[in-house]
Amino acid sequence: MIPTEFDYVAPSSLAEALQLLAERGADAKVLAGGHSLVPLMKLRLASPSVLIDVGRIAELKGISVEGQRLHIGALTTHAEVAASLEVIRNVPALAQAAHEIGDRQVRARGTIGGSLAHNDPAADLPAVMLALDAELVVRSAGGERTIRAEDFFVGMLETALRPDEILTEVRVAVAPQSAYVKYPNPASHYAITGVGVSLQGNGSVTSARIGVTGAAPLAFRATGAEAVLAGKALTADSIAQAAEASYDGRELLSDIHASAEYRANLVRVLTRRALEKITT
Amino acid sequence: MTSTQIPKLVGEPIRRREDPRLITGLSTYVDDLKLPGMLHMSIVRSTHGHARLRNVDVSRARAREGVSLVMTGTEAKAWGEMLPTAAPLGNSATRYPLSDGVVRFVGEGIAAVVAGDRYTARDASELIDVDYEDLPVVVDALKAMEPGASLLHPDFKTNVCVTVPVGDKEATEAGFRDADVTIKQWMVNHRLIPNPMEPRGVVAHFDPGQETLTVWSSTQVPHLLKWLLSGLVRLPEHKVRVIAPEVGGGFGCKIDVYAEDILCSLASIHLGKPVKWIEERTENFMATIHGRDIHAEIELAARSDGRLLAQRMNVIADIGAYQQLLTAAIPTLTSLMFPGVYKVPALYAEVTEVYTNKTPTDAYRGAGRPEATYFIERAMDLLAHKLNMDPVEIRRRNFIEKDAFPYQTATGMAYDSGDYEPALELALEKAGYDDLRREQEELRKQGRYLGIGVSTYVEICGIGPSAMVPGGGWEGGSVRVERTGKVTVLTGTSPHGQGGETAFSQIVAEELGVPMDDVTVLHGDTSQVPFGVGTFGSRAIAIGGTAIVMSVEKVKEKAKKFAGLMLEASPDDLVYESGRIFVPGHEDKGVTIQEVANAAWGGTVLPPDTEPGLEATSYFEPSNCTFPFGAHVCVVEIDRDTGKVELKKYISVDDCGNVINPMIVEGQVHGGLAQGIGQALMEEAVYDTDGQLLTGSFMDYNLPKAEQLPSFELYRTTTPTPVNPLGAKGVGEAGTIGATPAVVNAVVDALKPFGVDHVDMMLRPEKLWRIMQGGTQ
Repeated sequence: MIPTEFDYVAPSSLAEALQLLAERGADAKVLAGGHSLVPLMKLRLASPSVLIDVGRIAELKGISVEGQRLHIGALTTHAEVAASLEVIRNVPALAQAAHEIGDRQVRARGTIGGSLAHNDPAADLPAVMLALDAELVVRSAGGERTIRAEDFFVGMLETALRPDEILTEVRVAVAPQSAYVKYPNPASHYAITGVGVSLQGNGSVTSARIGVTGAAPLAFRATGAEAVLAGKALTADSIAQAAEASYDGRELLSDIHASAEYRANLVRVLTRRALEKITT
Repeated sequence: MTSTQIPKLVGEPIRRREDPRLITGLSTYVDDLKLPGMLHMSIVRSTHGHARLRNVDVSRARAREGVSLVMTGTEAKAWGEMLPTAAPLGNSATRYPLSDGVVRFVGEGIAAVVAGDRYTARDASELIDVDYEDLPVVVDALKAMEPGASLLHPDFKTNVCVTVPVGDKEATEAGFRDADVTIKQWMVNHRLIPNPMEPRGVVAHFDPGQETLTVWSSTQVPHLLKWLLSGLVRLPEHKVRVIAPEVGGGFGCKIDVYAEDILCSLASIHLGKPVKWIEERTENFMATIHGRDIHAEIELAARSDGRLLAQRMNVIADIGAYQQLLTAAIPTLTSLMFPGVYKVPALYAEVTEVYTNKTPTDAYRGAGRPEATYFIERAMDLLAHKLNMDPVEIRRRNFIEKDAFPYQTATGMAYDSGDYEPALELALEKAGYDDLRREQEELRKQGRYLGIGVSTYVEICGIGPSAMVPGGGWEGGSVRVERTGKVTVLTGTSPHGQGGETAFSQIVAEELGVPMDDVTVLHGDTSQVPFGVGTFGSRAIAIGGTAIVMSVEKVKEKAKKFAGLMLEASPDDLVYESGRIFVPGHEDKGVTIQEVANAAWGGTVLPPDTEPGLEATSYFEPSNCTFPFGAHVCVVEIDRDTGKVELKKYISVDDCGNVINPMIVEGQVHGGLAQGIGQALMEEAVYDTDGQLLTGSFMDYNLPKAEQLPSFELYRTTTPTPVNPLGAKGVGEAGTIGATPAVVNAVVDALKPFGVDHVDMMLRPEKLWRIMQGGTQ
C-alpha cells in the first residue's frame, strides 16, 4: 500500500497539461479521480514517474445537450452523470451505468473519462459506450481527433489513446430507449457481466445496439441479438430470441467468481433484462 | 439527602461511551503513534507457496541510504526465539520470525528492513533478491494425507500433525447397530480471513538506559503478549511493558503473538531506537492467521421416530503451514461442541490436523463452535429429510430438556443452564413458520424457489476455567474510588470494539451508586492495570465483569468500615444503597461514598485493622464455562436465472443469560450474523494449486456489506448462568455460530425440488445455478 516515488503536477489548463504530457510522455500518467490508478500504484503494479493531475481543469467538466447529442466532459464524476436530469432523460442507460459503478465514494471521485481511458474489462461504461455509439474526443499538443467507441477500446486495459493524448469529452446520441443492467462482482462491484442496450424506432425497432462488458477481455457488441431485433416490435418473444442470440460463442473470461459458461448465461439473462427494462 | 438518585443502568440500552472518539478520529491506534527518532520496518515475504531459499541477497538493501538494519533468518534465529505455541499438539512445527531456509506459505517472512521512513523501508525491501528453489506445493488437506504427498516438515515423515480421539467408540458403534436410520455426509467448512478493520501494527521502543522494552501492539491480550514476548526477545518480564492502545477489531486473529511483535522488538533492542511496523492490508490477507478450514464426515444414527442414538465424526482440519499460538487447539475445541443442543447418547470422533502450504489457522470469531454447529445442524436437516420429517420437529424431539441441566454431554462438557425449546418457538412464531411453508408451496408452483432454514445452537462462552485455557482462564479487575469519589476501574480484559468500557461502567456505577460519568475504565497497559488474560472467547463480561463486581463488593465492605467510624455505628448494622451508607431507619444521617472516599484516603482516622485508601483488586476463576444458545430462522429466495440468493428475512433469537446493555448485545449479534452469513454466501479464502492466495484483496474477497444483508429481526430469551454472579453468559460470537447453518439449510431447502439434500459452502451463485440447470455442484 506504499507506492514508489513519483512527481506530481497539477496544471490549471488543458494546454498546460498537454504540454507536460508531451514532455514527460511514456513515464507520465494522467490522474483524474484516481480510483483505478491510485490503487494500482499502491500495489506497485503501476509506477509512473509523474502524475499529471487534471482535476483542476474546469474546461473538462460538465454536461450539455448539443442537438441530438449529449456532450459530457471527461472529468465529470460518475455521481454527476448519474444525477444529471439531462442524462437521465436523454440517455437513461448511461445514468443507470454511472449509478451502478463501484460504491458511493468511487462515484463521488471517479470520472467518466478516467474510467474509459483505463478500460478495465469489468468496467460498466464500455458496454454503454458501445450501445450508444459514443464518440470519444481526444486532444494532444498537436490537435484533436474523435474516436468511435468501437475503435477506442483496443484490448484489456488498452485503448487507442496515444501517450501524449488526453481524453477530453464523451459524445453520445440521444437514446431515451436505452438501459443498462449488470451482475456485479459482490466483492469489487465491478461487472462480472453488464449489458447496455439502446433502441431506435417507434413501435418497431429500426436499429438496436447492444454492448456487453465484463464477460470477455474486451467489451463487445452482441450483433446477433441486434440483428434479431431489427424490424421487430419489442415483445416477450422478440426479447427471448434476442437474448438467445446475444452470446455469439466467443471465448469468455473464467475466474473464481464465474466460469465462462456462467458468464455466457449472464449475457443472455442480462440482455433479456435490459430489454425488459426498456419496456417497463 | 445529598446524593442524587442513580438511575437504573444494568440492563439499559445506554449508548457506547467509546463511540464519539472512535467515529470522530480522536482515538489513538498504533499507527497514530509518533515517537522521536522512530524507524520503520518493512517485511519481505515469500511469493512462493513452498520453496527452499537458495540465497537471500540483502547487500543492495543494506547499502541503500536511509536503511538502518536488514534482518534475515540468521539474525532472527541468533537474537530471538521461535514463535510461541500455547497449545502444541502432536508433530508441533513452529518457526522463527523470519524463515530459516524453507518457506512454506505465501506471505511467510524472509527478511525485515528497518529505515528512517516507511517509503525507504519499502523501497529497500524491493532491493532484496531472493533465490527460490521451488518445492512441490500441497494446499488440500486430504491430498496432503495421501502417501507420497510433498512433506512440509520432512522430519515428521507425514503432514499429519495429530489425530485426537474424542468420546466412546464402542458405545457409538452399538448405537449405529441399533439404528433404524442413519445418515452420512462429508461437509466442507471452508477457510475464512478475519479482516479486522484495523490491520495489525507494532511499535517497539527499547530504552537502552533503563533497559526496558515498551511495545504498543494491536493485540487482544496485552498481558499474555508481555509474558511471552519477554522470553522471545530474551528480556526479563519486569523490563517489558505492553500497551494495547485503541484496537480496531480482532475477531480472534489478534490473540496470536506474531513474528512482527518479535521483529520490531529485536530491531529496537539492536538499534536502541523505536521501530514501527504497520501491516498493509495485502499483508493482512496472507500473514495474519486465517480461520475455519475444518471439514468433517458426520454420521448420525437414530430411531425411526427421529430420536438420536449416536453420532460419529471424522474431522480433517487444514491448519496451514505451522502451529501458532492456539492453532492446534481450535479443532479440538470444535470437538467439544459436536452434539449441539441435542441429547446424543453416544459419540465418537477423530480429529485429524494436517499441515498444508497455506497461512496458519487459529482462532476466528466462534473458533470451533461455528464448525461444530454447522456440522450437527446440517446433519439434523439431513436426518429430517431422510425421515420425511419437518426440520423443526426433529429438533424438538432431540433437545436436551430444561430440567436436565447441568447437562453432561458425551464430549465431557457440563452445560450450565438452558431452555432450548422456547427460543425455537419464539423464532418460529416471529418468522411465521407455518405461513412460510404454505407460501413456499405456492411459489414453487410458479417456478420460484423459497427456502426456509432453521438452526438451533448452543455454544461455549466465558472461556473459561484455567484448566482449559492455555495461559490461564481467570481475569483480573480493580476498582478504586478516588479521593473525590470518582471511580477508576482497571480491567485485565482488553476491549477492542466490544464496548467494554460502557458495560463495565454500567455495572460499577449501579453497584456503587455513582453517576456513570464518574466511572473511568482503563485497560490494555500492563504497567497500569493488574494482571489479566484478555478479551476473547466471549469472556469479558462473564469473567472480567465478575472480577470487577468482586472488587466492588470489597470496596463497599471497606467503605462500611469507614462509614461505621463516621456514623458511630457498627459496620455490620449499615446498609449500602444508591451510593449512601446508613443505619436502616436513619437514612438522613447517612454518608455518601464520596464522603467516605475522602475520609479513607485522608487516613487521619482509621477503623481497626484497616489500611488507608478505598480500592480493591480481585481475580475471578470461573468454575465452568457458560453455554449460551438460541434459534435462528433464515428465509431465502434463489433466482432461477442466476442462482443468486436473496436474503428475505432473518430472525435471530439469542439467549446469552442476563444482559448488561441490550444495545451492545444487539450490535454484537448484528456483526456476528454478518460474518456467519458471510461464510455461507460471501467469504472464502481460495488458493490455487501453486499456493497463491487468489482472494488476496477486497476486490476478490467479499467481506459482507450492509447492502448485501437484510434487516435483522432480533429477539432474546433469558436463562441466567449459575456460573457467575452477573448471570451473564457472553454474546460476542453467537451470531457467527447460529447463522451459517441457518443460511445453508435455507438454501438447501429452496433447492429440494432439484433433488438435493446437501450443498457444500461457499454457496456461490454459479454453484446453485448449476444445480438448477440439473447439473452437479
